[in-house]
Amino acid sequence: MTAEIIVVTSGKGGVGKTTTSASLATGLAMAGKKVAVIDFDVGLRNLDLIMGCERRVVYDFVNVVHGEATLKQALIKDKRYETLYVLAASQTRDKDALTQEGVEKVLEDLGKEGFDYVVCDSPAGIEKGAHLAMYFADHAVVVVNPEVSSVRDSDRILGLLASKTRRAERGDGAIKQHLLLTRYNPARVAVGEMLSVKDVEEILGINVVGVIPESENVLAASNAGVPVILDDNSFAGQAYSDTVARILGEERALRFLEVPKKGFFQRVFGG
Amino acid sequence: MGILDFLKRKPEPTAGLAKERLRIIVAQERSTRGAPDYLPLLRNELLEVIKKYVHVDLEAININVERDSGHEILELSVALPENTPAKSI
Repeated sequence: MTAEIIVVTSGKGGVGKTTTSASLATGLAMAGKKVAVIDFDVGLRNLDLIMGCERRVVYDFVNVVHGEATLKQALIKDKRYETLYVLAASQTRDKDALTQEGVEKVLEDLGKEGFDYVVCDSPAGIEKGAHLAMYFADHAVVVVNPEVSSVRDSDRILGLLASKTRRAERGDGAIKQHLLLTRYNPARVAVGEMLSVKDVEEILGINVVGVIPESENVLAASNAGVPVILDDNSFAGQAYSDTVARILGEERALRFLEVPKKGFFQRVFGG
Repeated sequence: MGILDFLKRKPEPTAGLAKERLRIIVAQERSTRGAPDYLPLLRNELLEVIKKYVHVDLEAININVERDSGHEILELSVALPENTPAKSI
């Protein structure tokens, strides 16, 4: 048995890769799938904080790759969903601690353990860690902000996904690419201050799989160590739920692209 | 009103500008994707050589690598300015 490998990547840092990885993995687990989410950012571990399991990290991904711990020892079981596991990045090793063979072995073993999905949270940049995170992927979620440097970098990443991955090298079918637009601010788009969904789609020549509105709930969720998809009341959480459903093949219309209508009190008092 | 205007000043609508700039740079980077690393250097050195004889800008030199089945074509074009006398050597 093999697991479907999904890489969450972007090129540029700070666009929402880890937030997306956490919510995507959680959403897949909510749909009943057995999911492992792996932090590939060796030296700058953060997924554990976003998932809220930072105090329970004993062994990490690098330990498993080097045979210092078994996969079972290193997988951290989520407190909320029992089919969801986190594999943390090493905080002390350097980024050369991962090897292609080692990563391949871990991904294969996860398949043998009955995992349906492995979500690979890529580090920023296009160096070794990012390369390894994407190399074995079947799907890629490219996270992009409606901002020039992020859009340009994501085009670069789309190019790498099409050439520098195992699927590309073997010629066994392209990676399925999903563009996820995050930090979207409909009010600023409406007045022409921010690139629109359509603009980004046109520039990159690929349709979005989801649009996550800029939301204060994302910071609140990371403060609390709860993936924002679990915040049903937030637009961001709902937009992530829609995105996961689409990745699983469901058809759902995009939401939260318009400026929210203000109520009477908001109009009078602002906010 | 001057002070109020200043306080209320909103950013200019610049999304169109962003889109236009991205369209151009993305198209350019896609056309050179996978091309050999030495191309930009080659372009600069060619420019130096050409400049000895005519005044041209970096933008006037276009280098493309096209891949067909089995072979690659290095395409090079230089747009010479009109009515510019060649430098006397």
